[in-house]
Amino acid sequence: MRQALAMLLPLTLALVACQREERDTRPQSALGSGEQPTPVTTLEPGGQRPSPTDNKAASFEANAFHMSEGKRLFSWFNCSGCHANGGGGMGPALMDEKWLYGSSIESIHATIRDGRPNGMPSFGQKIPDDQMWELAAYVRALGGNAPSSAAPQRNDDMMVHPSENRLPDAATLGKSP
Amino acid sequence: MKGTLHPAPAGVDAAQGARALAIWNSFRTCIFSVMLLACGPFLSGASEPPSAAAIAPPATAAPPDDGQWTMPAKNYASTRFSELTEINEGNVKNLQVAFTFSTGVNKGQEAAPLVVGNIMYIVTPFPNIIYALDLSRPGAPMKWKYEPNPEPAAQGVACCDVVNRGAAFADGRIFFNTLDGHTIALDANTGKPIWNAHIGNINIGETITMAPLVVKGKVLVGNSGGEMGVRGWVKALDAGDGHVVWTAYGTGPDKDVLIGPDFKPHYDMDKGTDLGVTTWPPEAWKIGGGNMWGWISYDPDLNLIFHGTGNPGPWNPDLRPGDNKWTSGIFARDADTGAAKWFYQWSPHDLHDYDGINEQILLDMTWQGKPRKVLVRPERNGYLYILDRTTGEVLSATAYGPVNSSKGVDLKTGRLIANPDKRTGTGKVVRDICPTASGLKDWQPSAFSPKTGLLYIPHNNLCMDEEGVEVNYIAGTPYVGMNVRMIPGPGGNRGAFTAWDVAAAKPAWVLKENFPVWSGTVVTAGDVAFYGTMEGWFKAVSARTGDLLWQFKTSSGIIGQPITYRGPDGHQYVAILSGVGGWAGAIVSGDLDPRDATAALGFVNAMKDLKNATTAGGTLYVFRLP
Repeated sequence: MRQALAMLLPLTLALVACQREERDTRPQSALGSGEQPTPVTTLEPGGQRPSPTDNKAASFEANAFHMSEGKRLFSWFNCSGCHANGGGGMGPALMDEKWLYGSSIESIHATIRDGRPNGMPSFGQKIPDDQMWELAAYVRALGGNAPSSAAPQRNDDMMVHPSENRLPDAATLGKSP
Repeated sequence: MKGTLHPAPAGVDAAQGARALAIWNSFRTCIFSVMLLACGPFLSGASEPPSAAAIAPPATAAPPDDGQWTMPAKNYASTRFSELTEINEGNVKNLQVAFTFSTGVNKGQEAAPLVVGNIMYIVTPFPNIIYALDLSRPGAPMKWKYEPNPEPAAQGVACCDVVNRGAAFADGRIFFNTLDGHTIALDANTGKPIWNAHIGNINIGETITMAPLVVKGKVLVGNSGGEMGVRGWVKALDAGDGHVVWTAYGTGPDKDVLIGPDFKPHYDMDKGTDLGVTTWPPEAWKIGGGNMWGWISYDPDLNLIFHGTGNPGPWNPDLRPGDNKWTSGIFARDADTGAAKWFYQWSPHDLHDYDGINEQILLDMTWQGKPRKVLVRPERNGYLYILDRTTGEVLSATAYGPVNSSKGVDLKTGRLIANPDKRTGTGKVVRDICPTASGLKDWQPSAFSPKTGLLYIPHNNLCMDEEGVEVNYIAGTPYVGMNVRMIPGPGGNRGAFTAWDVAAAKPAWVLKENFPVWSGTVVTAGDVAFYGTMEGWFKAVSARTGDLLWQFKTSSGIIGQPITYRGPDGHQYVAILSGVGGWAGAIVSGDLDPRDATAALGFVNAMKDLKNATTAGGTLYVFRLP
């Protein structure tokens, strides 16, 4: 019986593993890719057309591994120095529902890559493109825009705010459904 | 307000407050016993009946009042004392608005207005617009304005709101600094630019927020950036054409710091060669802070300027073992050459972001029976220091509020006695450290009245939890390495306005305020002291008793510096810029999210309710008697 259980365990693990998201642990892209322009406004003369989506967006958005990598990079690249742990400081808050330059992962990626005129530096020549996508995915999670099954969980550090997988969607915060 | 405890604000953890109180109580005993031991010989001297009249600024640094206000500190002694008496204890209750003026900028208004002749000058936060208002005409219409158009990107490297602390007037010119690192001289009459010196580089995180001081034809300016790994400096610019006459760095080799044969520090800890290099890990001094963004005083008799130095970077002390000279200290320098005369370090190897850049008030007083030329400094680390300004010797250092991050100052060695229980470091959460990174008092300048012998100190009452974290140096980005969350200090009132008896080295009275008192203050010969609150109240209190005599609710929280002047009509006026912001008010001016305890370097956690108390908006208010 015990032997049977012992056999079953690796089998179960293997099955579960089949369900896991894909992890690209060796991002190969260097600087300079993903130069797709992203509009920072929803106002378009002649009517709004669907904004172009980057083919990388889907593979990074809501991906647990990439978001946890993004969380690590968020402090390693000193994002936290200006945006704190999402509440803001020198830079604006990232956990609220206010987005100066768009809330889509493509917009956030473009903001990191190109910078913005009122103080956001351009990191396009400093951070590999895939890592910028990971950062963008994590910033989405800070605003509660990631599934709780994938968003990072509590820190090992001082409690600074509820863990990302418990943060409510900022857009509906305090509003009745 | 006096003597009443404010209820703990909504959203504040009562248990944390109680814990802080208990710790303060236990440490208070400790601090006092240490102070008694350390100050024993001096207390006997201080216990003699104080003679208020014996304390006064040197006449050359505080000339007779001409009714103008030509520099933020009023005079070189930095007394912020006006001899005007038309508005006094008896009639101040009748004050009414004379005129108002919108600055058009919704960021923190920390500047002091200037009044020269018939013109008032105000400088706004970024984009640093200068307005000249004609006081001789009804409603004080705009005479001219000057827009320097600083680079918008500078906003991204300004640590704690995009403030400006004021301009300075000398020889027919207005001098001021812009956030993106320019010092500009304007013709005071026409507003036409005379010169524009680009001395700071935002791409390494350098900004300028301080008010310049003009001494003997030189404009003294320092840089900000202690949270960005910026190496601090003070520069003297020629007032005529703006060229840099000398630069004195806050870290590095002696030749960069302008330390030469004239340098005679009082304490052994400050003696040696190239301490600005050897008290750091290799090369760390190049990104070590020691910035100068606060106040400078000048003694014409000694021909010395006095200025502090900011915190070492990064905040996480594990990354910079050593005393980290010449950060968190004070220099006396030759006013002509910048050569250092002496130095004293308030907080060697600073553990808690205790910048040493607060104002220093130059006074002459009798100390233990002998006349001494002193310098009074309410310091960020929580002690009110009295230094001999000729030598840098510490005569006394007394806590003026709750302090548990240290256990006093050793007057033999001059060294701050750090409390090992409150030592921060990587991966360690240390709780209930008082005062906070913003200090028992931050930049907000105090005022001294020679009539009462009291120093009026607007300050904070906050404590904090800190956790050191790893941090990478990336030029032009923050270099802090510390998670911080602040909480109200013992008693729950987050601010206080303390009248400090300089001779007796103890408070005469204390007014508690709900929010940190982030405004400056002015005191007059009419025995009235003015200050503002972050709710927006502009208050007049008795300089003798602290009784509230008058208050007016302005449109936004006040973090500016009040002034008083004699208008063209011969009557006395009081002016203040209203407009919340600064580090304490960043939650409002920067629209930060209070759900993150570490927002604005932890200050937001103590200010969660400020958004419900005030909104942003810059307005000048000027008051007079009917």
